[in-house]
Amino acid sequence: METKSIMIVGVGGQGTLLASRILGNAVISQGYDVKVSEVHGMSQRGGSVVTYVRYGEKVHSPIIDKGGADMILAFELLEAKRALPFLKKDGKIIVNSQEIDPMPVIIGAAVYPENLAEKLSESADTTAVDALSLAKRAGNPKAVNVVLIGVMAKNWDIPYEVWTDTIKKTVPEKFLEVNLKAFELGYNS
Amino acid sequence: MKQLMLGNAAVARGCYEAGVRVVSSYPGTPSTEITENAVKYDEIYCEWAPNEKVGAEVAIGAAIAGARAMTCCKHVGLNVMADPVFTASYTGVNGGLVIAVADDPGMHSSQNEQDSRHYAKASKIIMLEPSDSSECKEFTKAAFELSEKFDTPVFLRLTTRVSHSQSLVELCDRENDELKFYEKNPAKYVMMPGNAIKRHVDVENRMRALEEYAETSPLNTVEDNGAEIGIITSGITYAYAKEALGNKANFLKLGLVYPMPVNLIKDFAAKCKKVYVLEELDPFIEEHCKVNGVDVIGKEVFTLLGEYSVNLIKKVVLGKEIPDVKPEPIPVRPPVMCAGCPHRGTFYVLKKLGLTVSGDIGCYTLGAAAPLGAIDTTICMGASVSAAHGMAKARGTEFNKKLVSVIGDSTFMHSGITGLIDIVYNKGANTVIILDNSITGMTGHQDNPTTGRTIKGEPTKQVDLELLCKAVGIENVVIADPFDVKNFEKVVKEETAKDEPSVIIAQRPCALLKTVKYTGRCVITDKCRNCKMCLKAGCPAITVKDGKPVIDATQCNGCGLCMNICPFDAIEKEEA
Ligand SMILES: Cc1ncc(C[n+]2csc(CCOP(=O)(O)OP(=O)(O)O)c2C)c(N)n1
Ligand code: SF4
Ligand code: SF4
Repeated sequence: METKSIMIVGVGGQGTLLASRILGNAVISQGYDVKVSEVHGMSQRGGSVVTYVRYGEKVHSPIIDKGGADMILAFELLEAKRALPFLKKDGKIIVNSQEIDPMPVIIGAAVYPENLAEKLSESADTTAVDALSLAKRAGNPKAVNVVLIGVMAKNWDIPYEVWTDTIKKTVPEKFLEVNLKAFELGYNS
Repeated sequence: MKQLMLGNAAVARGCYEAGVRVVSSYPGTPSTEITENAVKYDEIYCEWAPNEKVGAEVAIGAAIAGARAMTCCKHVGLNVMADPVFTASYTGVNGGLVIAVADDPGMHSSQNEQDSRHYAKASKIIMLEPSDSSECKEFTKAAFELSEKFDTPVFLRLTTRVSHSQSLVELCDRENDELKFYEKNPAKYVMMPGNAIKRHVDVENRMRALEEYAETSPLNTVEDNGAEIGIITSGITYAYAKEALGNKANFLKLGLVYPMPVNLIKDFAAKCKKVYVLEELDPFIEEHCKVNGVDVIGKEVFTLLGEYSVNLIKKVVLGKEIPDVKPEPIPVRPPVMCAGCPHRGTFYVLKKLGLTVSGDIGCYTLGAAAPLGAIDTTICMGASVSAAHGMAKARGTEFNKKLVSVIGDSTFMHSGITGLIDIVYNKGANTVIILDNSITGMTGHQDNPTTGRTIKGEPTKQVDLELLCKAVGIENVVIADPFDVKNFEKVVKEETAKDEPSVIIAQRPCALLKTVKYTGRCVITDKCRNCKMCLKAGCPAITVKDGKPVIDATQCNGCGLCMNICPFDAIEKEEA
C-alpha cells in the first residue's frame, strides 16, 4: 500500500493535537506503520497550527510536503485555504465551516476572504460541516476536533468500535462522554 | 508491544530503561516533554531547575555521585549551561551523564537558529543524533553506555521534527539502575589548574579513542543500494532523504555526529559517483568531509536557513522540478496571547503610556505584536532587566523615566534576579515589571520556584517575589493587578517617576490554569459608541463585524478586562 498522508490544520487551541493522536492510534490498531507530527510551543497560542498523520507499510518522513496530502482535515475555513497547496490533485478536504478572524483581520490590516467554502469546493472535493454546532450539541464547543474525526471516520474502512476504543484511550475520563457523543454526531452527520 | 510515541517521550523511556535515577532540566521548546515524560516513571527523580546551568550541575553532581543522570534543554539552553558542561568534559563521569539538546531549525518556537553540533566539537564531547522515536529510545540507552565506557558526558542532539513526531517504539525493561561506587578522587573531580592540565591529556586521549570507535560504531550505518548517488546524512534529514530517494541512492547515516569517522566516509564516497551531504543548518558534516579530502556537494546547492524537505531533496538531487503554485495571498495568522491572558492588561497600559519596553522571553513576548506593539527589544532570557540597565546608563535619567523592563516569573527566576542585583549594586533607577502569572506559560505550563509546586505537583516552599526583591535592596516593591487598568497605570507612572529602582509585581494567574475560574461571557451592549477602545487590547475574542466591535462568545472566557477598558460601560457580563 502506498503511504497515505493526512494533514490536520486549525487555529492554536482548537485541539488539532488530540485529533492527530486519535487518528494515529486508530490507524496503528490496523497494523500500519504510522508517523504523526505535532506542534508544541509558540504557535499553540492562537496561531496557524499544522499536524500530519502518515501511515502505510513503511513511513519515513513524518512531514507532508506541498502537493502531498491525500486529505486535509481543517478546523477553520481560512486555515483550509492556507493548506490547499499541500493537497494532491485528487485529494479531499473536510472542513469545519467556522470562521475565526486572525489578528490582522481584527485590527483592519487584512480582510477575511469571502465565500471560502464555495471557493474550496471549486478547487477540490470538499465536505463542509458545521462542527461547532454539533460540538455544542454534544455538550462542549471544544469538542469540534472529535466531531471532525467522526465526519472523517464515516468514509473509512476502520470499524466504528476501533474509533470509539481509541477515543476512550486518548481522551481524559471526565470529557469522555461529551467526546463520544461528538464523535457520533460527526459520524452520522 | 509497539507503541506510538513522541520522540521526546521515547527519550524519557530510554532513560527509564537505561536505569537513570536523576533528571534535572529547565523547560524549553522543543525539549520540554522529555522531562515531563520522565517524571511519570517513579524510579526516576525529576525536577525543574531554575535554569539550565543549575539543571546541568545537578545532573553532573548526580553522575559523579554514581547515578545515571540526564539534563535536557533547548539549543539556547545549552548556551546557559555551557560553563559546567565544558568542564564536565574534563572531569568525566562516574554514573553515565547525558545532555539532551533540542535544536529548532525553522525556528518554530525560538529566537535564533543556532546549530548545537558546534558545542560537541568545542567541548570535546561525543554527540549522538537519532532520526525517529525508536532511535530516540535506543540512542539514549547507547549514550549512557558510551558515557560510562569512555568516561565522558554525552550529547543527544534532537531537532523539532524528531522531538515532536510520534512513531512506533518497542518497549523493554529497566536495567542498570544500581548506584556506582563513589570515592573521593580530587585529581579527577577538582578542576584546578594542576589537576585540569592532566585531565586535558585524558580528554585528548579519549577523543582519539572515540575517533577510532566512530569508524566501527553500530550507530553509523551504510545502506548500499548499488546506486551512483551517495547520501551522507543524519537525524530527520535521513527520513526526508529516504522518502525522497528510496533505493535510488546509497546512504551513510551518521548516528554519531561527533566525532565522525574518516575511513568509513572515504570508503563510502569511493563507491559513489556523486556524494551529497544532507544536513539542516550549518555545514558540520560537510566541512568534516572536505577537510578529509572527500569531495561532497552540500550547502552550495542546499541552504543554511530553516528546514530541509522531501521536495527540496527531490529537486536538488533528482532534478525533479516540483511545480510551486503561488498561493493567493490570504491573511496570516500569527500567534496571540490567549483570550483572558493577564499580560494583556499590562501591555495595554504600557502602550497607552508610550513607554520604551525592554522585553524578555515568554508568552508576553507576544506583546510585541499588533495591536499592542508595546515591546522594543527581546534578546534572551533575563536580558529585559540588564539591557534596560544598559539603556539607562547610556541615555540617562530622562530616558529611564520612560523605560520599563517586563519579565515573566519563570524568566525572572531563571536569570532576571542577577540583572536586578546589578541595578541595585550599580545605582540604577530602573523600573522592572515582573509579570507574575504563577506559571511558566510559553512552554506549556510548568511549575517553577514561584508557584509553590514541584514538577510532581507536590506543595513546596514558594519563592516570595516581594521579599526577594526587597532582600536584594529594592525599596519600592508594589504588587498590582494588571486588569485593574486604572490603578496599574497610576502605579507605573509613580514608579517610573522615582529616582530609585522599583519593581512592580503584576499579579494575575494565566487564564489557562485549572485554578482560574472566570465565568460567563462578555457582550457589547447598545451603549457602545463605536470608539473601538476595546480593540486596542488585542483580545482575539473581540472582533469587528459590520464596522462594530463584537465579542465572539465561543472565544471569550469572561475575564472582564475589556469591561475595565471601555470608557462608556458598554460591555457587560452575561452569566452562563
Ligand atoms: C535559555 C532559554 N531557556 C529556555 C527557553 C524557553 N522559554 C521561553 S520562554 C520561557 C519561560 C516563560 O515563562 P515566564 O517567564 O513565566 O512567562 P510566561 O510564558 O508564563 O508568560 C521558556 C522556558 C528560552 N527561550 N531560553
Ligand atoms: S498561556 Fe497563559 S500566560 Fe500564556 S498567553 Fe495564554 S493566558 Fe497568557
Ligand atoms: S472579550 Fe473581554 S472578557 Fe472576553 S476574553 Fe476578551 S477581554 Fe476577556
